[in-house]
Amino acid sequence: MTQIATLEAFADTIIPGCKRTSDDRAIAGVSEDGGAVAAGALAVLADPALGLTDALEGMAGLLNMHAGAYGRKRGLTLDGTVPALVALSFDDRTALVQELTGPAHSEREVWFGAALFCTMAFDSAPHLPTATALAEHHPGLELIGFRAPDADGLWRFADFSYRRRLADPHPQTTETGSPT
Amino acid sequence: MTSTEKTDVVVVGSGFGGAIAAYHLAAGGARVVVLERGPWLRAEDFDHDFKLGSSYTRIFDFTVGDGMSVLAGNCVGGGSVVYFATMPRAPRFVFERHGGIGRRMWPASISRETLDPWYDVVSAALPVTPQTWDDVPYAGGLFAAACRHAGRSANPVPSAIDKQLCTNCNWMMAGCRFDAKRSLLLNYLPAAVENGAEIRPLREVQRLTRTAEGNYQVHYNRVDDTDYRLQHESAVIEAKIVVLAAGAGATPVILQRSEAELGTMPHAVGRYFSGNGERLNTAVINENRAREVLGLDRGDGHAYGAHQIGKGPCVATWDHLDESLPEYSRYSLEQLYFPPGLGTILAQAPGAAAPAWFGREKKEMLRDWQSWLTVFAMTEDDNEGVFGPPPATGNAERVTQQMLGRGTLGYDPTANTLRGWAESDAEVRDILERDGIAKVRPWSNELVGAYTVHPLSSCRIGDDPATSALDDRHELRGHPGIFVTDGSAVPGALTVNPALTIAALAERAIPALVQAAQERGVAVTYEASSPVSGTAHQVAVPTGR
Repeated sequence: MTQIATLEAFADTIIPGCKRTSDDRAIAGVSEDGGAVAAGALAVLADPALGLTDALEGMAGLLNMHAGAYGRKRGLTLDGTVPALVALSFDDRTALVQELTGPAHSEREVWFGAALFCTMAFDSAPHLPTATALAEHHPGLELIGFRAPDADGLWRFADFSYRRRLADPHPQTTETGSPT
Repeated sequence: MTSTEKTDVVVVGSGFGGAIAAYHLAAGGARVVVLERGPWLRAEDFDHDFKLGSSYTRIFDFTVGDGMSVLAGNCVGGGSVVYFATMPRAPRFVFERHGGIGRRMWPASISRETLDPWYDVVSAALPVTPQTWDDVPYAGGLFAAACRHAGRSANPVPSAIDKQLCTNCNWMMAGCRFDAKRSLLLNYLPAAVENGAEIRPLREVQRLTRTAEGNYQVHYNRVDDTDYRLQHESAVIEAKIVVLAAGAGATPVILQRSEAELGTMPHAVGRYFSGNGERLNTAVINENRAREVLGLDRGDGHAYGAHQIGKGPCVATWDHLDESLPEYSRYSLEQLYFPPGLGTILAQAPGAAAPAWFGREKKEMLRDWQSWLTVFAMTEDDNEGVFGPPPATGNAERVTQQMLGRGTLGYDPTANTLRGWAESDAEVRDILERDGIAKVRPWSNELVGAYTVHPLSSCRIGDDPATSALDDRHELRGHPGIFVTDGSAVPGALTVNPALTIAALAERAIPALVQAAQERGVAVTYEASSPVSGTAHQVAVPTGR
């Protein structure tokens, strides 16, 4: 449970969402609709196609180590009944993720990578077939307004153009349409 | 003892540089084997799907470096399969650039005038066609209207897209399901195969060695077809000529790894890398202002709201492609599309206090995703990229099964490059923030450094042996019989999309390549033919060496 709650708290810091229950601790609840956790960030991180499954326990441990150090440095008293990252406020989690992904941090590529996968979970749902995710009202794809495919699962946009000249071409354009 | 497989020519990589060489050499009668690191997919294999393991993650690579990340094709057809098929010619001044070396970077034998006939050859073969305003999707139209409002010109850009087949689905990075994109899978590669070339996918070349007779042995591994981190059996093939076209992110790494046995490489191998000066800004369009200020209306209640619709970049403004401007102040701006995921992570919420790339305000920015307009600047960078020592295999330590790897490219932008980026950023803001049309912010360079979809120049042509790895015939200095015909041969940033220039240079390199093959005992002739019609073109080929 520690691992799941910790990774959920990380994902919720990247794209925040609403609490699932009133006593939800992992999700800080600073947003009114679903965020990276509801979008499936943990499923993405654990997807065998990424091949990171074995690393997740270690990543959760590192996150809590960094969260504990962050709290001590600032004289915060962290609730010991939950993982240290979960015990931080949303703003403190955010400040910690900024530190972890900052140019000076030796693990920044790890945490940028984790943030990338959480973002991808939210706005591209790479753990699901995209058409299925849309049909099931995936919260991220729905929030960005990603349009649904045709019945055969392929995207086509018959209306795609204003169909009028909207600017004057550069005066030195060649016959082939290139710059001179 | 087993005997080593032998052929006339081994081509490493099957993008523009590899496919064009493979076609002409095979058509001329040489025995050609193409070794391609990625898989071989066809139209029916190209998914409209972000799911890990779909074509979207199988056919391109995102390689993180120190200060520069590179997106590149990883499949038969290379960049032509994953790119947006935008095909302008490079402006005249580009060929006169000095960059940081105090003299013309390009060989004296190449200018826009001398390259134009080769541009014509490739344009006919793919083909490349102009776009009309009727072909331009909403995003390009919006950018054009904003340019006009700001007193700028804007052009529909020529492309290698069959507009009759295109559905404007914007899934081009996952390969074209409709064969509307005129990738190399539809022209040079099938023509090469028809003429006897053999293409072997999932074969990653690691290094070259030389035989006592002066031939080359190409050492490669078979790559697992699902988990690219796994390498299976190794093999060797011997050839009289090797054409390296693994891409500017990989060709120099193969040569670096070969140096211990081939001998000293030219200084410019793995140096002078250019990211084509690339830079991205994301604008969030105010729909009301798009209607009121620009007069745009889709006729269905939307003024714009069409980020998802289209076919990559279709409109560019070329006002700063002005040869009278100082070097590093010349650039083009192009409307672009990047899909979610990789296309959103580095976008920063305009006006947000830190953090701008994740968190609360980023989520709010994503709510307006359909109103995003991505603007791509191609500037003149300073060729500051340098590759570190090669990894154990390939050009990167692969992190995930597909797509994501950690490479050795270091890139520390100079003041010149930074100036070009700052000036182009300011121009984007001036065009799009005018009268409240949009709020604009550049992508973050803090996380994975700069980024490029057009890696160039890491093994470049030139007249000066100190600053170029190849002579003007694309032969590797000091290593006769090894040619490089991909984007790594381009001397520097082009200020426009480079695919047509890479292809034109490859076409131009073929006559000398054929001559070198003949001199090494290969029975091959230069037919000057087109992969589509089979008829000969009329370009006057320079003679002599």
